[in-house]
Amino acid sequence: MRFGGLTAVRSVDFTVNSGEIVGLIGPNGAGKTTFFNCLTGLYVPTEGTVSYQGTVLPPKPHLVTKAGIARTFQNIRLFANMTVLENVLVGRHTRTREGLWSALLRGPGFKKAEKASEARAMELLEFIGLAHKRDHLARNLPYGEQRKLEIARALASEPGLLLLDEPTAGMNPQETRATEELVFAIRDMGIAVLVIEHDMRFIFNLCDRVAVLVQGEKLVEGTSEVVQADDRVIAAYLGEPFEGDPAQNEAKAAGTTKGEAQ
Amino acid sequence: MTETKSPATPPADATPTTATRGLIGLPLPAARALLLLGGIATAASAFLAWTWTSDFPGDLTVYGYPGGLQWLTFVAGVLTALFALASYGVRGLRWLLPARNNAPLVLTALGGFGVTWFTAIEIAAKLGGLANWEPGTYIAVVASLIPVIGAFALPQEAGESTKETLKAYIAKPEAIPAPQPIAPWIQRLIITIVAALGLGVFAYGIDTQYGEIFIGFLIVLVFAVWALHTAGLLDRFSAMVADNRSFTLAMGFLAAIAFPLTQTDDHYANIGVNILIFGTVALGLNIVVGLAGLLDLGYVAFLGVGAYTAALVSGSEFSRFSGVQFPFWAAALAGAAASLIFGVLIGAPTLRLRGDYLAIVTLGFGEIFRLAVNNMDGVSGPDITNGPNGIPSIPDLKLFGFNFGEAHDLGGFTIGRFANYYLLMVLVMALVVTVYRRAADSRIGRSWIAIREDETAATAMGINGFRVKLIAFALGASLAGLAGTVSAHVTYNVVPNPYQFAGAAPPNSAFLLAAVVLGGMGTVSGPILGAALLYLLPEKLVFLQDKSLLAFGIALILLMRFRPEGIIANRRRQLEFHETGQLDVPETTTLSDEPAVTKAGA
Ligand SMILES: Nc1ncnc2c1ncn2[C@@H]1O[C@H](COP(=O)(O)OP(=O)(O)O)[C@@H](O)[C@H]1O
Ligand SMILES: [Mg+2]
Repeated sequence: MRFGGLTAVRSVDFTVNSGEIVGLIGPNGAGKTTFFNCLTGLYVPTEGTVSYQGTVLPPKPHLVTKAGIARTFQNIRLFANMTVLENVLVGRHTRTREGLWSALLRGPGFKKAEKASEARAMELLEFIGLAHKRDHLARNLPYGEQRKLEIARALASEPGLLLLDEPTAGMNPQETRATEELVFAIRDMGIAVLVIEHDMRFIFNLCDRVAVLVQGEKLVEGTSEVVQADDRVIAAYLGEPFEGDPAQNEAKAAGTTKGEAQ
Repeated sequence: MTETKSPATPPADATPTTATRGLIGLPLPAARALLLLGGIATAASAFLAWTWTSDFPGDLTVYGYPGGLQWLTFVAGVLTALFALASYGVRGLRWLLPARNNAPLVLTALGGFGVTWFTAIEIAAKLGGLANWEPGTYIAVVASLIPVIGAFALPQEAGESTKETLKAYIAKPEAIPAPQPIAPWIQRLIITIVAALGLGVFAYGIDTQYGEIFIGFLIVLVFAVWALHTAGLLDRFSAMVADNRSFTLAMGFLAAIAFPLTQTDDHYANIGVNILIFGTVALGLNIVVGLAGLLDLGYVAFLGVGAYTAALVSGSEFSRFSGVQFPFWAAALAGAAASLIFGVLIGAPTLRLRGDYLAIVTLGFGEIFRLAVNNMDGVSGPDITNGPNGIPSIPDLKLFGFNFGEAHDLGGFTIGRFANYYLLMVLVMALVVTVYRRAADSRIGRSWIAIREDETAATAMGINGFRVKLIAFALGASLAGLAGTVSAHVTYNVVPNPYQFAGAAPPNSAFLLAAVVLGGMGTVSGPILGAALLYLLPEKLVFLQDKSLLAFGIALILLMRFRPEGIIANRRRQLEFHETGQLDVPETTTLSDEPAVTKAGA
């Protein structure tokens, strides 16, 4: 994927198997989000393809979602002025069929489908613990709950692969812990999870496999131990930081967390 | 390190005032007495003669009976007295003031003052000097000032400045005590009464014969509604409506049907039918703008397509196909279908654009339609629309042997030509309201709102943005086309000119958009109310003439400044514009990542 002269992501080859949680880490600007955007069709890759369960996906977001890949966003992108329940119902879009005509005619099929959709959405809200706030506007939820709601909305499309972009950003330790539990629960539903995260403890607790992306290229991929021991990763994170490098902070953070973990 | 944004509110009430007193230093009993007695005196003064000559519109020269604008003074005075009684806690009137706040008293007093002084000044200005005032005028002027003095003598916690205090006087309180449960049949009774009252007010507004009385009507109406709003009564009524949705719709429908029966002059039914046509098209536009968030600046073209289609197949001798005369149902379908095709033709290339581009392209296409029909006269283009002369003498509709062109007697009431069309338009509007409500509350409606909220997220949730936007566009277009088929018959002829972007009178795209925005985007009643207002203003205030557009501009700016969600607030938009103490919601405008919250030390 290139933006003008900048190659944001280059020949990243990646496989996620079902029932697996895979972590994607890397310093800021490494191209992690861009990688997600390519996967979900929001960016059309300059070269390369995305295949899911053996079929190549066209770079159209709605077709990708239909095929079974759902995502959350690093900067929360809920439908701010819709209620919590409506947000999840929008997530059901690809799994329901009712068009304009059935909405206008309101036949029994329409009512049944709406009921079923609502029931499924409520199940998901129970699952993330927001059922009691079904009629609140999404924008009025606290930060942590907005992140959870985004996950519920993504789950509503019944994905086989869930992409989480920094699901714990801005959360306190308790919330992070709760999110960890949530991700495990999602894995246990048989959904493959690919998660971008800066919190190393979160990543190494959670993931069966971790890949490191640096400057658009995959540096290492393997189990937590392999990645943590890899010199190149440490170098990439501690790097040769230049003045005012935004990655600097993170590199330190990663370094110290890693130190603790060992 | 978690990111925390503290709410940006300054420390609340830095100066808690201990003694609350009025802006005008009077004891509370005196203030209330002024309100009550002043209200009664104002109402009573309407029975006096205010001028000696009947040159002033509406006969204000009679002792013992109010005329014209005096009726409005009378109503405002009675309202003030009622609220004053309620503030005394009189049994049976307490429900008027559930929060026992000052605002309704202040506002009704101001309404009475406004309409009375407006009348007095108009008399002096129109007839040339104060000499034209009768003693009654002086009494009215003084009497209507008394409640205002009383109102501002009511105790009110002082703000930091006089401006703040004045604002507090007319503010709606934060907490209004919850109403006691009301039996369902009483709720329905109240809704029925309000529907009848609404019909009465609407009919009165339409029947006003000259600009002065219409302005007086607006003054009283605005202050009365505002007072009811600050008293919390409108909220209570909305809650009641929410519990009795279908009943309210049925009552509204009945009230709409009953309107021609209140009219003796078919001219007012003509205004009514034009308001309905305008309102129906505004409601169709509301699907496109209010639900799907697509700014369409050429929407009136779809009304034009419907009208021209109906005219062409109406059997008019000036139509290109003068031999062809479709029955109405077929003409209506043809008009809607032609608009739909036109909508898809315009939508397919433009809906891939976002935001401002779409607005510009639709503006262009709207004008292209008008220019095209202007030129398809057989000289500059193919001979289809008869050019600038349009298609005149469109015959009246006949439906099941019912001739819309003739007056019919109905149990003592005469239903004239325009009343016939009015009733037909009520049915069309009922259909459009149903379509709007059903579409909005469904999978497709949710995807429209999702697209409006955040198109990127919506597509990532599996919504085919282009497809659902095209459906919204096409649906809106065909509803406007349907309204156009009726409008062609109502006006006898179709010409290219009304179907322009902006003009001094509705319908044109700018007015339609204004009706939607002013009334309240994303609501059903908002655009209809906005359309009624925007149709009546130029119709009634003829003296504004060419300045009416300027007046609209000013009114729109003021409204957007003080009530950006429109007159009727959508639940969502109300929260959107008047939020306080919001929790931190990150900006969701860009896809690229800002340096995100780092979890160093977490
Ligand atoms: N739409 C875009 N246009 C141009 N450059 C972009 C765009 N999106 C991302 N980039 C650039 O691509 C690089 C990778 O960004 P991103 O994928 O957001 O990194 P991260 O790993 O922090 O999520 C950055 O240098 C960023 O500036
Ligand atoms: Mg990122």
